[in-house]
Amino acid sequence: MATPAKRKIFWICWGLLSVAIGGYLSAGLLLKSAASNPLLSPARAMLLPGKTSHGHYQIELACESCHTSAFGGRDVVQASCERCHAQELKDAVDKHPSSKFTDPRNAELAEKLDATLCVTCHVEHRPEITHGMGVTLAGDFCFHCHQDIAKDRPSHAGMAFDTCNSAGCHKFHDNRALYEDFLAKHLDEPSLLGRASLPARNFRELAADFPGYPADRFPLKPQSTTDAPAHLMKSQDVAADWLATAHARSGVNCSGCHQAEKNGAKHWVERPDHKVCAVCHEPESKGFLAGKHGMRLAEGLTHMTPRLARQPMHAKASDTELGCTTCHGAHRFDTRKAAVEACAGCHRDEHTAAYERSPHYALWKKELAGEAPPGSGVSCATCHLPRTEYRAPGLDVQRVLVQHNQNDNLRPNEKMIRPVCMNCHGLGFAIDALADRRLVTGNFAGKPGAHIKSLEMTAQRARAVEEKRRQRKAAAAQKQ
Amino acid sequence: MKTKWAVVTVLAAGGITAALPAHAQVSYKDMADALHAVMESDRTVYTRMVVNRLANQDKVIKASEHFKDDKALPLPAQMFRFGAEMVAEKKLPFSYSLQSMWPINKQNAPKTALEKKGLDAVAKDNTKPFYGEETLGKTKYFTAIYADKAVAPACVTCHNEHKDSPKTDFKIGQTMGGVVLRIPMK
Repeated sequence: MATPAKRKIFWICWGLLSVAIGGYLSAGLLLKSAASNPLLSPARAMLLPGKTSHGHYQIELACESCHTSAFGGRDVVQASCERCHAQELKDAVDKHPSSKFTDPRNAELAEKLDATLCVTCHVEHRPEITHGMGVTLAGDFCFHCHQDIAKDRPSHAGMAFDTCNSAGCHKFHDNRALYEDFLAKHLDEPSLLGRASLPARNFRELAADFPGYPADRFPLKPQSTTDAPAHLMKSQDVAADWLATAHARSGVNCSGCHQAEKNGAKHWVERPDHKVCAVCHEPESKGFLAGKHGMRLAEGLTHMTPRLARQPMHAKASDTELGCTTCHGAHRFDTRKAAVEACAGCHRDEHTAAYERSPHYALWKKELAGEAPPGSGVSCATCHLPRTEYRAPGLDVQRVLVQHNQNDNLRPNEKMIRPVCMNCHGLGFAIDALADRRLVTGNFAGKPGAHIKSLEMTAQRARAVEEKRRQRKAAAAQKQ
Repeated sequence: MKTKWAVVTVLAAGGITAALPAHAQVSYKDMADALHAVMESDRTVYTRMVVNRLANQDKVIKASEHFKDDKALPLPAQMFRFGAEMVAEKKLPFSYSLQSMWPINKQNAPKTALEKKGLDAVAKDNTKPFYGEETLGKTKYFTAIYADKAVAPACVTCHNEHKDSPKTDFKIGQTMGGVVLRIPMK
């Protein structure tokens, strides 16, 4: 039996320990900086109500990013969803915008599926019910509103409602590559269109016209000598690397990136970050911060590293911090290296490993060897960081730039069809290829094993409509 | 029907703003008529002076349902719908939509009993709006339905030739559908 004195010490220790644990957890919960603090972040992790989805796991400890107020309820979370995702939904011509569900005439339907809130279909922290695209509803949710679809589209009679979204025919939000009239325009296309080349980037030609481009600092005139202080030029290799870049050809000297000003005093920054790149490359930087490589920085967390990733990564790259120069390489800024080697340096999944056996890689090798024209090779970036058309607000010219947000077309993969696949492939082939999981995993070495019948259905319907028109005209002619 | 509606509402349809004094009291019917006057005028201007003039008369640009892909003008019905969606985003105390008993998009067919009655009424007599009250979900609405007439050849040709149109013999001046405007009642 413990003596009263020992019992007292025990209770004091127990009390102190309880206060310490409580204090530790409270600090983890309440201090915003806890998410990036190696000592306090485990406390936050302990308080997570459940594993987050693939879209948010990188920022799951930045609780305040989504839960901006403790007492705002679902509206507060909705505002957070919209902060990051509203624009992409607008750009995707969202087929189910919230206005469809706030319309009083749909009140009865909205009672079954209130899609005015993202969390109706995408609940976070619930891994046990989370399916593809972070959807937490049963796969046949289309039934709630479209149960009588066969009346309007007899060809759909008997189709299971869990196939609408999963069979390669329709998507809830983004149908830009799948809508009927688009399919009708691209019937009977060959698998290879014979114009296999990517749009060329044109920043150099248009930079001077771009609003906000600091032409006074970077006069777009070729440079031949570095302007860094001599004592900082530790290697002539750096100068040689820089001289070979578009930066040197466009008047961006060492000071352009490395020289900063604070309180009127200029100082040298050894490692400029993405904010410096954004002075000229703002849309690219925005894309980077919205994507998987930069979203942690956007939310005030530490850099993303492969160690933090859920996907398989090379162990040797575990602690590589992801910023602009991680892939582009400081001074050399070799976009070809950034397009393949940089990706393969970290990513170790089957799809990446299979790339070197793919016909896409064969084309890429030919381009690198100068045996094929620029833009004819297919790198990792060709599909995952594609070149897209970009129009700056208030500007007439259109830029072709690299979309650095790989989330923009990653899931569902049909988002890739128009901006990526159809640069080289026919629509039908692209739909089939992306619907074949085995082919995707094997990096498209082979032919699609699946066939999606939406193009045939479109053609069939077009023939029926044409026949109806013909009959109507014939009847009208007879009347006359 | 004459209900107190303390108006601090701003009529934001079509870019025209008309703030009423805070003490004013407007009936649901007058409010609906005023809102519709703005909608109808803007849409008619767009149909006649933009789409019909440029696409049908001068033939300098096409109007297309897939205006982005086709680098064309949005159709008048789409222009109207985009406005309605923008108003819906503002969460103002009214909503409106374009519906028809012969809709190209089946989602725009009348759904509620009052919509069916109203669209039928304005199809028979397009000189008078139809007014009524209905409860949808848990909210009671004042619902006004106005005839939507074919005001230009562009309306008629497009609807008569569209592959999904259930009616292919519209004529200028005929009722093609109706604008359904709802104000939640207090």
